[in-house]
Amino acid sequence: MRVPTQRIEVTLETLLESVDLAEDITLRVANAVGFDEEQGYRIGMSVREAVINAYTYGNNQDRARHIFLVIELLPAQMVIHVRDQGRGFRLEDVPDPLAEENLLKTSGRGLFLIRAFMDELDVTIPQSGGAEVIMTKRYPTSRPSSPAGASKV
Amino acid sequence: MDLKATNRDIGSATVVDISGRITLGEGSAALRGLVRQLLDLGRKQIVLNLADVQYIDSSGIGELVSSFTAVKKEGGELKLLNLTKKIHDLLLITKLFTVFDVYTDEAKAISSFTS
Repeated sequence: MRVPTQRIEVTLETLLESVDLAEDITLRVANAVGFDEEQGYRIGMSVREAVINAYTYGNNQDRARHIFLVIELLPAQMVIHVRDQGRGFRLEDVPDPLAEENLLKTSGRGLFLIRAFMDELDVTIPQSGGAEVIMTKRYPTSRPSSPAGASKV
Repeated sequence: MDLKATNRDIGSATVVDISGRITLGEGSAALRGLVRQLLDLGRKQIVLNLADVQYIDSSGIGELVSSFTAVKKEGGELKLLNLTKKIHDLLLITKLFTVFDVYTDEAKAISSFTS
């Protein structure tokens, strides 16, 4: 197993404010490791969507539950985990928002946006329960420094 | 910045100049409220000017869809005006660009209403 260079863990309350907070934290880290504004926006929005899912569907807005955000800065990529304390779900069970019958639905686009904005997306059901959304973004090739640059985080 | 909106009536059409963020929570709720309010007033030809909307998430996209269908259900039409690049790209990848009537010219948006 590869040991992460740096790891940031944040436990969030199941509150609407946690959505903005998670996005802000991720944006700061993304900027610090060399992602440009556009890529930072995409990474931030992906985390936002994952936390919205955790807040709304996973934890069902139950304040007794928590949302766990983990950002791993690996040598070649940033890996972000968002875990909730709900029942869990399987990615293949999520309806396709581009299907004709789903186009006018008012929800169900979050995971689709994550898939569009990140390099990899996976959803697992960890032993501790809940759903864990795992998103990966490779560092830009023109990045000024290695993850050590994250010392500014 | 939360969502702010100003209405301008031009003939039978209402242009809503929106600024801020349309995101989960207040932003989406505010958009929902203002569209319902216009429908209650009988204003069914609505143009949402999104030029100053800096950010929208999936909840905001959902609210645009909800507004679109709510206006249509009342026999009206809802058009989008002046999308930022970010919103334009989001509507493209979610295939909603084919659903909404999108304009870059306010006069053309207003004259496009069918009655």
